[in-house]
Amino acid sequence: MRSPINSNEGFNRSASRQLALYAIGAVLAFILLMLGLNFAASLTSTSTGGVAGAVDVENNEITAYLRQDPPELSTMGAADSVSGIVLGHVMEGLLRYDEYGQIVAGLAERWEIEGDTATFWIRDNARWSNGEPITAHDFEFAWKNTLAPATASQYAFILYSIKNAAAANNGDVPVDEVGVRALDDKTLEVTLEQPIAYFQKMVAFYTFSPVNEAFFESTNGRFGAEAESLLYSGPFMMTSWVHGASLRIEKNPYYWDQSRVKLDAINFAYVTDDTNTLLNLFKDGRIVQVDLTAEMLEGAMQQRWVLNRFMDGSVFFIDFNHREGRVTANKNLRKALVLAQDNNELVNSVIKLPGYLPAKSIFPVWMQGAERTLHEEYPPPEAPLNIALAKEYLEKAKQELGLAQIPPIVLLADTSPVATISSQYYQETFKKNLGLDIVIDQQIFRQRLAKMETGEFDIVLAGWGPDYNDPLTFGDYYASWNLNNRGHYRNERLDELVRIGQNSLDTEERMAAFGEIQQILFDESVLIGNYERGYVYATDPRVKGIIRRVIGAETDYTNAYIDVEAQ
Amino acid sequence: MWRYTLKRLLQGLVTVWFIATATFFAMHNVPGDPLSGERASTPEIRANLEARYGLDQPLSTQYVIYLENFIKGDFGISYTQRNRQVNDIIREHFPVSATLGILAVMFAALGGVLFGALTALYRNRLPDTIIMFMVILGISVPSFVFAALGQLMLVNINDWLGFSIMPVAGWGTVSHMIMPALVLGMGTMAYLTRLMRSSMLEIINSDYVRTAKAKGLPPERIFAKHQLRNAIMPVITVLGPAIAAITTGGFVVELVFAIPGLGRYFVQAVQQLDYTVIMGTTVFYGAFLVFMVILVDLLYGWIDPRVRLQ
Repeated sequence: MRSPINSNEGFNRSASRQLALYAIGAVLAFILLMLGLNFAASLTSTSTGGVAGAVDVENNEITAYLRQDPPELSTMGAADSVSGIVLGHVMEGLLRYDEYGQIVAGLAERWEIEGDTATFWIRDNARWSNGEPITAHDFEFAWKNTLAPATASQYAFILYSIKNAAAANNGDVPVDEVGVRALDDKTLEVTLEQPIAYFQKMVAFYTFSPVNEAFFESTNGRFGAEAESLLYSGPFMMTSWVHGASLRIEKNPYYWDQSRVKLDAINFAYVTDDTNTLLNLFKDGRIVQVDLTAEMLEGAMQQRWVLNRFMDGSVFFIDFNHREGRVTANKNLRKALVLAQDNNELVNSVIKLPGYLPAKSIFPVWMQGAERTLHEEYPPPEAPLNIALAKEYLEKAKQELGLAQIPPIVLLADTSPVATISSQYYQETFKKNLGLDIVIDQQIFRQRLAKMETGEFDIVLAGWGPDYNDPLTFGDYYASWNLNNRGHYRNERLDELVRIGQNSLDTEERMAAFGEIQQILFDESVLIGNYERGYVYATDPRVKGIIRRVIGAETDYTNAYIDVEAQ
Repeated sequence: MWRYTLKRLLQGLVTVWFIATATFFAMHNVPGDPLSGERASTPEIRANLEARYGLDQPLSTQYVIYLENFIKGDFGISYTQRNRQVNDIIREHFPVSATLGILAVMFAALGGVLFGALTALYRNRLPDTIIMFMVILGISVPSFVFAALGQLMLVNINDWLGFSIMPVAGWGTVSHMIMPALVLGMGTMAYLTRLMRSSMLEIINSDYVRTAKAKGLPPERIFAKHQLRNAIMPVITVLGPAIAAITTGGFVVELVFAIPGLGRYFVQAVQQLDYTVIMGTTVFYGAFLVFMVILVDLLYGWIDPRVRLQ
């Protein structure tokens, strides 16, 4: 006879046996399910690079990542940096930037720019990835098609220095009247609206790449949508593109300069912008390079990783609303705000991201002047933190505005982590130093732009990145006709100087104009420089020759190679 | 039964139409639009873009055009991925989310039943306390924490072993799926464990279990035939909505593990104000959820006639 407690124990024991059986069954079912799913996965994905290591010495391949799926790989419509990275490998135009950022011959073996005419002679051995020759007609078609209103290209404006380009894009004249013409298969003649000093720098931009018309027509409106619906003119060609998952590029056998390309293939096997995931992938030896955040830096140093830093070229700053009726239209108030903050503090104590620099001017520190950098030739004027002086200006501003108290100032910012802490820093700083109330209005990126457009802000955390390697790409930001000048700053002298920058062919004169623009922006307190964005990144020691650059493909693996000796 | 089915399906259709309409107007009322970029477009380029996407029409016309295309099953072209059909995005990326979701639910269901039964057997003893503590963790800790921790664990295990036992992120093979599915199923597993435990305890004290014991049935038979089978019913009931919720709610896990699922596109589309993708994914997810709920209702009615009669 069992006591009730014993009976329960016996019951538990046998039930546990049952459960154990059940657990084994569950595990078996799980394994079976896995096998089924493995089959299913092979249907939904063709990724093969997913389990490979970062460096495959045997096949001479490397594996890297992309921050997002490239939104647009048609050179006629692309407008973002991730597409730019891919296009920088698979497409080449007439000219390109070399590893030192200098313009060199691409598909054009030589070129001549005289007055308002530019002539390019295309190499005899320039070929598409299907073996067909690349001709001057391909360039003519691509540029004209980019400008056609029906294409609705967001980057059409970069072609506007070509004669009739803007008019054709607006639909005022037919695209046939655009000043680009193939004289024969290998000679391209471009007529400009007027002679400009920096045309060759713009030609290296991917919008100026060729497109084969017959191939374009054969894709039935899906040009650039898949790996097969593109022809490649660059050192690599895309062989597979699984949207959102992976992208593989292989050496293009028809590329004219085979000696430049050392890798046989590059796998972009991961698509994510999660910094921790990327760090984990790098630690696990899956990707060749990774960007580091401030918290990761210490660990990276302890691991003795190969660290480098680079500036991505963009400048971030506070833009004021100069519209009538806004307190920020008052120069003394702007001066007070400029003097009451310290962007060294912002960068070094608040943002604390490695690679960031305090922005001293709208022109970034790397920008080339006539001989040396623009900053060396025209040092940016500085206004160090001076709270007493700031308060004086604030009093003047109050008198001029006829206000006893400045109403709360609306600070518009987007939702990125850096924008969040920057706006908090300015809210705190202006309150502490000037007693001003700042109302933070955080919006997602596109809503921030919409609000800037309609002028619903007093100050805004804005930024600007370069399109080409010339100070004008920053210098015309505050021109009265520039649509990006969303704060509506107006200054006739500045407009004149921008015109000099656009039209003059004399480098010294142009740089002097940019120097004066910098001075005007300082004197008028038109902006508060925040930071120039930079990165610290770690690279797999076995891979050499990866280039990070400001203009063109931000990360460039074209010249990269595997160093077998290195460990 | 057929009348009931038809009624539920019609209700479902109205719900989906309502979701589509509400999303359409809410989305167009948000300031900003998908065509604006960091570089301001000239009015001409903008007009070209608006014409291309039909945004130059009045909103009511856009709505009518949208509904017409929607009935034809065409969601249009994405704004941010300019050469891709929204239909293609759903077709290519939903199977990924679904695969991951089903795996996660299987894992959650198997684990939930197992742990639930264990806690009920060892009620108020050590295994029960430990498991219930884990359950509370599983319910209250958000999935991105588990995702980050799980990934870090894999990195460390791989590092320690010196070879890769499982990839830390990416997609393509079964080994890529295990960790994300575990992480994704964690919350549901915790929930199911609790559900299983309470329904087991209810049944242990029920009359028919006592009768079974009284008539001298062997304990393992009572456990398997009477307790487990009856206790599992509520778990099966919640599985339908759980599949829908997991499949549509995995975007954080998809992001951390770099998985090309639909959830990421859904979230990105909202951030980018990509109108067509927002509409496509919202309506698709909405319809999927509605369908799963209807399916469970019908199945339940089939299993339990009392529901049907009401």
